[in-house]
Amino acid sequence: MSPFRSRWTARVMAAAVAFAAASPALAADDIKAAFIYVGPRADNGWTFRHDEARKCLEKEGIPTSYVESITEGPDVARVERDFISQGYNVIFATAFGHQPFTQQVAKQNPNVHFFVIGPGIAPAPNIQTYYGKLWDGRYLTGIVAGKMTKTNKIGFVAAHPKPSVLAGINAFTQGVKSVNPKAEVNVVWTLSWFDPPAEKQAAVALVEAGNDVIAQHQDTGSAAQGATEKGAFAIGSEADLSGIAGEKVLTGTMWDWCDYYKKAIASVKDGTFKAGDYFGGLDDKIISLAPMSPLVPADVAKLVAEKKQAIIDGKLDYWKGPIKSNDGRVVVPEGQTMGLTDVQKTNWLIEGVNGTVGKK
Amino acid sequence: MSIELLLAAALVSATPILYAALGQLLIEKAGVLNLSIEGAMLVGAVSGFVVTSVSGSMVVGLIGAVLAGGAFNAAFAFCVVTLRLNQVVTGLAFSILGGGLSAFIGQAFVGKALAAQMPDLHIPLLADLPFLGPVIFKQDPLVLLAFVLVGVMALFLSRTRPGLLLRTLGESPQTLDALGIPVIGLRYLYSILGGGLIALGGAYLSVVDTPTWVENMTAGRGWIALAVVIFASWRPGWVMVGSVLFGLVDAYRFRAQASGQAFIDPHFLNMLPYVATLVVLIAMSRPGLKARLRPPAALGLPYDRERR
Repeated sequence: MSPFRSRWTARVMAAAVAFAAASPALAADDIKAAFIYVGPRADNGWTFRHDEARKCLEKEGIPTSYVESITEGPDVARVERDFISQGYNVIFATAFGHQPFTQQVAKQNPNVHFFVIGPGIAPAPNIQTYYGKLWDGRYLTGIVAGKMTKTNKIGFVAAHPKPSVLAGINAFTQGVKSVNPKAEVNVVWTLSWFDPPAEKQAAVALVEAGNDVIAQHQDTGSAAQGATEKGAFAIGSEADLSGIAGEKVLTGTMWDWCDYYKKAIASVKDGTFKAGDYFGGLDDKIISLAPMSPLVPADVAKLVAEKKQAIIDGKLDYWKGPIKSNDGRVVVPEGQTMGLTDVQKTNWLIEGVNGTVGKK
Repeated sequence: MSIELLLAAALVSATPILYAALGQLLIEKAGVLNLSIEGAMLVGAVSGFVVTSVSGSMVVGLIGAVLAGGAFNAAFAFCVVTLRLNQVVTGLAFSILGGGLSAFIGQAFVGKALAAQMPDLHIPLLADLPFLGPVIFKQDPLVLLAFVLVGVMALFLSRTRPGLLLRTLGESPQTLDALGIPVIGLRYLYSILGGGLIALGGAYLSVVDTPTWVENMTAGRGWIALAVVIFASWRPGWVMVGSVLFGLVDAYRFRAQASGQAFIDPHFLNMLPYVATLVVLIAMSRPGLKARLRPPAALGLPYDRERR
């Protein structure tokens, strides 16, 4: 190859690079999305659902890549820089604790777009923080539990008394009470997101204490297994648990990021990307319900569908006062309601729940 | 809160620990310090689940788990018995290896269900006994088998010639060598048998108790079994006591909450097996108890005939 020709090639390439950098919106072919998972894809829960959504992007023809089990630490920044050096220009980080490290990298790479689990605590002009109103899904599953219980005692196996969990239990209880005012919800804390045999033990203990529907907020499906094995109904969380615990799993809440990720990519492509918090819910399917079991009567399924639509349309606000906590305080006075930020700060359990917010 | 149901649940919780601790006991009685136990349990859990779902039979699955655990510990024995590598470092490395290996093998099986379910025993007369029936004889057969094994192992160690040889193997391997008994071969044998039992403990979780596979599903139970063996100072009867105590704590903490009684912080309860282990370790150092509670004298020392 003559020296002239190679110089010519270099010039063309330089021009092409300059052109690509100058163009405001990226062509479809240019998007490469990288995912940073906080856990293993094989958790059948949180990370599994993110990976399913990544596969949605692959089906759309968008090249993707991922790294698993990156805990909420400085490794996040290292992995992100590595992805950027390989030409990835959209990065999804799937844990709240990935934010501070992503912020460092985002400031150094203004042309790369970042999406991190919110709510936002470490903003940058090229970071969108995203999360969903899980409690809306819990309210709907509460309706199913309230309708299906015969003993009027409903169990709830929960990991840690953190705001998102407490808000979920409170919303669930409101769903229960809306159709069955006599029912009570009994909470058992495992203080572990991930301990399958312990989660099962907790569910079995609740069934033995007379609870006949067992809901959960845990990373695995073992509570559902324990409940159904002992003859009770179960309500799942994270993924569709009927696969491992059968049709006695009535329904459950599920994360579904597929549509959101498609929209996120589209917003980068057409330049409508917005920095800041994005809060999804039932409307954009980030929060969805697992398929109803055939054991759920058609009228209950219909009621749930109606309430779902009412929440989407803004016609149903179950956080409206008066709301009392289970130790007798008025937390939301008559005539007021809880905003998104209030719900995210929940540190109490609602009237009708037996259980305490564990002391730290 | 029903005492019968509490005890029944405690025995289920104790079972995986008991299998793993009995396996650990065999290996350590042979003088091999086995810190790979959590990894071997995970290998057992994943292979039990995979073989059961492929073959459709729980019995085949459990046998598969035992074989896989035996093979895993045979590799460990090759490193520490034949190559005489440092047992602490090698054990920890194998523990991490077992975790990674099980995650790798199990990828395609996450979230799958098993078609078969272990039926509970219903031994005609015994199951109808007023108290013992529901506690012991209406459980799945593996619970009962674990407790039968405790008796078998206690008799084996204290009343049989091979048991005597095993104890000597951990106390003074050179004596066995002088008698013309193969030290290396026996250490392999007990490493493999012990690995099989540890793996059975893991498979009990993934096949019988919570029939599913998720990564790292033993959640530290291998380490608890390790602590239980030290707590028991290498005696099968006390291994059973330690495992059942753990099971009771595990079963009680949720029942106390579900029946609205005191909220005991599970973090505190999770700590108890290790506190009990430390207490025993301190007791071991006291002159009066030293002779009765001490570990096998050759534990952790590679056997090298040339270096005596």
